[in-house]
Amino acid sequence: MALIELRDLNKTYLMGDERVRALRGLSLDIDGGEYISIMGPSGSGKSTLLNMLGLLDRPDSGTYQLAGTATEGLDEEARAALRRDNIGFIFQAFHLVNRLTARENVELPMMLAGISASERRKAAQEMLAMVGLGERMTHRPNQLSGGQLQRVAIARAIVMKPKILLADEPTGNLDQASGRDIVEVIENLNREGITLVVVTHDSNLGQRARRRIRMVDGTVAADEKEG
Amino acid sequence: MILWADQLRFNGRVFVAQRMRTFLLLLAVTIGVASVVMLTSLGEGARRYIDAEFSRLGNRLLIVFPGRNETVGGHPPIYGTAPRDITLADALAMARIPSISEVAPLLPGTANISRGGLSREVLAVGTTQGFFSLRGFEVAVGQELPVRSREDALAVTVLGPRLKNELFGHQHAVGEWVRIGDRRMRVIGVLGDVGESMGMDMDDLAIIPAPTAMQLFNTQAMFRVLLELQEGADELLAQERIRQLVRDRHDGEDNITIVSQDSLLAAFDNILFTLTLAIAAIAAISLLVAGILIMNISLISVSQRRAEIGLLKAIGASGKDVRGLFLGESLILVGVGSLCGVVFAYGVVFALRALWPAFPLMPPVWAAPAAVATAVVSGLLFSWLPAKKAAALDPVLAMKGIAE
Repeated sequence: MALIELRDLNKTYLMGDERVRALRGLSLDIDGGEYISIMGPSGSGKSTLLNMLGLLDRPDSGTYQLAGTATEGLDEEARAALRRDNIGFIFQAFHLVNRLTARENVELPMMLAGISASERRKAAQEMLAMVGLGERMTHRPNQLSGGQLQRVAIARAIVMKPKILLADEPTGNLDQASGRDIVEVIENLNREGITLVVVTHDSNLGQRARRRIRMVDGTVAADEKEG
Repeated sequence: MILWADQLRFNGRVFVAQRMRTFLLLLAVTIGVASVVMLTSLGEGARRYIDAEFSRLGNRLLIVFPGRNETVGGHPPIYGTAPRDITLADALAMARIPSISEVAPLLPGTANISRGGLSREVLAVGTTQGFFSLRGFEVAVGQELPVRSREDALAVTVLGPRLKNELFGHQHAVGEWVRIGDRRMRVIGVLGDVGESMGMDMDDLAIIPAPTAMQLFNTQAMFRVLLELQEGADELLAQERIRQLVRDRHDGEDNITIVSQDSLLAAFDNILFTLTLAIAAIAAISLLVAGILIMNISLISVSQRRAEIGLLKAIGASGKDVRGLFLGESLILVGVGSLCGVVFAYGVVFALRALWPAFPLMPPVWAAPAAVATAVVSGLLFSWLPAKKAAALDPVLAMKGIAE
């Protein structure tokens, strides 16, 4: 059984008076440990797909099984818990909380899960050391560079040891060198077993994935696997 | 579920980051709570003032008025029952009722008092010796009214201390003569300092025997009679005996009203308590205003922190968690603000008490809890809407900074 099973997902948004079909009957299986890139033109539904995978959005119809759990019937509480335990997010704009230090930002998901302060602290320090920011635990976001910010965000995304890491244009706000660094960090995580899904416009980044999905008009137009 | 301590810390960081907003909200809540506590302490102070005045009268006091309550106003009675005067003889007869320990008829009037070239109007009170012990007055120099003056119109007077000073300065007054109305009277005593009591300036008063006052003011009718009950005597029984006595003496009519000190005090208590509640309600409006302020600022805060809320949801916060964070923020603000308000109000009240000891300013015991409870309820009620709004935010749109 695949880690993720999407079956016949449909989603329509209302943009002003216009109905936009973001997903049309999309089906997709993802196995544990895969490295997938999702590419496609603007409005092709790739962000919507990412939000579906991350349980941030609900489909109008279709089914989504995550690690054997059917997600359709779950209430908001249960979806939040499932998200917290299984999915890590990184975003183009980093989304760190400015008033908190790097370590506190990393601790946030554990705080929301009600994990004790000492355990959190240990885990956050470990994660920050892993992404190469062991020296900058108490820095605030405004004292860090873009690459460092995204490293903090990655540490935050993996602190709950999720099975899946969803990255939405992870290098979009970074210069080339920092971008390469970040890609290396997340690819290392994938090598250690995490399932990595990257949404991007950047074809150089997209080509690195072992499985490349191309979306057009809310459905999978191409699905290439390496080897 | 977020741990308690973590929620506190998280909210604390928000307060530090938004110092100005936090300060203003705290100020609003502080002012609201403080105004409730301070204003109600005025009402409660008035109640305590009245209480203290009454307790100075001794605690077993009955006051007898001529006329019945029921005959005042309403339809004129068919039979001729015009209020009948209470005479000095009636009052003295009441003194023979076993459970009455002291009687003081009162017949006050204004009269001209003069000595040598000095002359002015003064309140002259015709009474008996019982008045002194009943009201707890001490004679500083000389003596009280003699027992014999209950029946005989002796030409003697006891002066209030200020009146004595105005007429005699530092000279001895006892044994000297003054003229009150058309009569020469010998000063036999000077009252000690008693100040004001029940709205009557006791320092500026001439006390004369009741029979003398009857001649001076040309009347038989006592204004009222003060009676003191014996320790442990049954008040209702005593009232019934007084009525029986008046019926016996007034051809079967008991045309009197008896007011006990307790019932009078209870009536005042009632009025002032109601007044204090009304003041509290008015002051509570400021808490309502504080609540609306909290709502407005929270709404602004929710829209400023859209991205953060979206993020929290993306990393595992449920709508319930987000709502809890925002409600918690308001609750902490209101709690701390309330505490400041209560401390501030008590500080001001005690400072005022120290400056102005005559008026026993004191917040009623219920004021602080009621004000804090109102503040908390108002805070939660008004932050419910912003918190709900935050909880309902779509995380994807919120993080992109797109308004729905």
